[in-house]
Amino acid sequence: MTEVPVPKDAVPAADDLVVLKDVNKHFGALHVLQDINLSIGRGEVVVVIGPSGSGKSTLCRAVNRLETIDSGLITIDGKPLPQEGKELARLRADVGMVFQSFNLFAHKTVLENVTLGQVKVRKAGKKAAEERARSLLDRVGVGSQADKYPAQLSGGQQQRVAIARALAMEPKVMLFDEPTSALDPEMINEVLEVMQQLARDGMTMVVVTHEMGFARSAANRVVFMADGRIVEQATPDQFFSNPRSDRAKDFLSKILHH
Amino acid sequence: MNVLLDNFALFREGFLGTVELTALSGAIALVLGVIMAAFRVSPVPPLRAFGTVWVTLLRNTPLTLLFFIAALVLPRLGLNTWSFFRLAVLALSCYTSAFICEAVRSGINTVPLGQAEAARSLGMTFTQTLRLIILPQATRTVLPPIGSLLIALTKNSAIAGGFSVFELFSVQKTLGEEGYNIFAIFIWVAVAYLIITLFISAVFRLLETRLAVAR
Repeated sequence: MTEVPVPKDAVPAADDLVVLKDVNKHFGALHVLQDINLSIGRGEVVVVIGPSGSGKSTLCRAVNRLETIDSGLITIDGKPLPQEGKELARLRADVGMVFQSFNLFAHKTVLENVTLGQVKVRKAGKKAAEERARSLLDRVGVGSQADKYPAQLSGGQQQRVAIARALAMEPKVMLFDEPTSALDPEMINEVLEVMQQLARDGMTMVVVTHEMGFARSAANRVVFMADGRIVEQATPDQFFSNPRSDRAKDFLSKILHH
Repeated sequence: MNVLLDNFALFREGFLGTVELTALSGAIALVLGVIMAAFRVSPVPPLRAFGTVWVTLLRNTPLTLLFFIAALVLPRLGLNTWSFFRLAVLALSCYTSAFICEAVRSGINTVPLGQAEAARSLGMTFTQTLRLIILPQATRTVLPPIGSLLIALTKNSAIAGGFSVFELFSVQKTLGEEGYNIFAIFIWVAVAYLIITLFISAVFRLLETRLAVAR
């Protein structure tokens, strides 16, 4: 892979694509999101890290309203998230989502998985959708698997198909909810490489992950969460070499010293 | 043997009556049942409530009572031009739809939540998610109980015989009154029912194997 220099500025651009303002959410007595304020600029790659149960997955899922919030405001490209319904469906089409457990449609072939959204949601022609799907599948390196069913693919291949499926909708922003956590170690890299390429191509990305290597190399900004709060935000260099908060220092000392 | 051959036309009429009742009520019950299941899992509270009331009322009312309502009450409420056959289909299909609804709903619940989440995050509406992603995957689980429900429906259709609809059970009544050997009549009526129910079982077994390969 060729290295393309990425601008690494921790300051959010004036042109914010995703904005979370004073967001709060409870699961029963548990306060999973506490006064979250976060802006993600166009073309920015934000990696969210933190211990389990810190609310980072919930944060990611709240952005396309797979989780509802109790209070606060989330806007995407200037528009607040609407209530459940056609309006929300339209907005979700612009937000790509990649899940930990892939969630490919089990009864559809790989190709159908990537064309379905284009045809049914974007109302694209079947032929154009297939062409686009095949080029995306080639791009993520699973072009030869187009006619197989998801269960016949390895985890890494499935996750790359899931990325292609999301990209087929031409999203404004891509959300990754622990995309490599369910993968065998040797398959993690093939998925991360696709994500890194995507980051270099200028896609706006929010990535919840435990892959510190990816955070270091691809992120413009690292957001560290613990106990439902954003504890620290910094460039990857700053964060990994010189974390400010004790919570982050403690977290890093546990995961980096092996 | 005599009973059957002497009265073949009567048996045929009764057999076709039961087939018609079952096929028509079954088809309507399937459509209604799927719609009610969709209501019961929908994000719209009034639809959910409607589905729940539908199932609770129809599933917990004896079928004979529903037939009385259909045959005696509904004509007074404006359905006075409806034949007994139509009223019987109405009672049977509404009753069966409540059970089909619950079978379909249990099938929906076996499809992993992630499938719906993936569909919704692609921008699919609730109806699209259900129709394109959830129901096709629920079908395999739902087939065996629906097969049983349609067989139950075949046998339940005998009640229509008590409400001026001519079907297999009415054949027994007519011939019994004419003085034929009651056991002979019952055996042939039972055979006729078996033909229908075994046919339904065969169709569902075929569907199951078909869908098993499709994955």
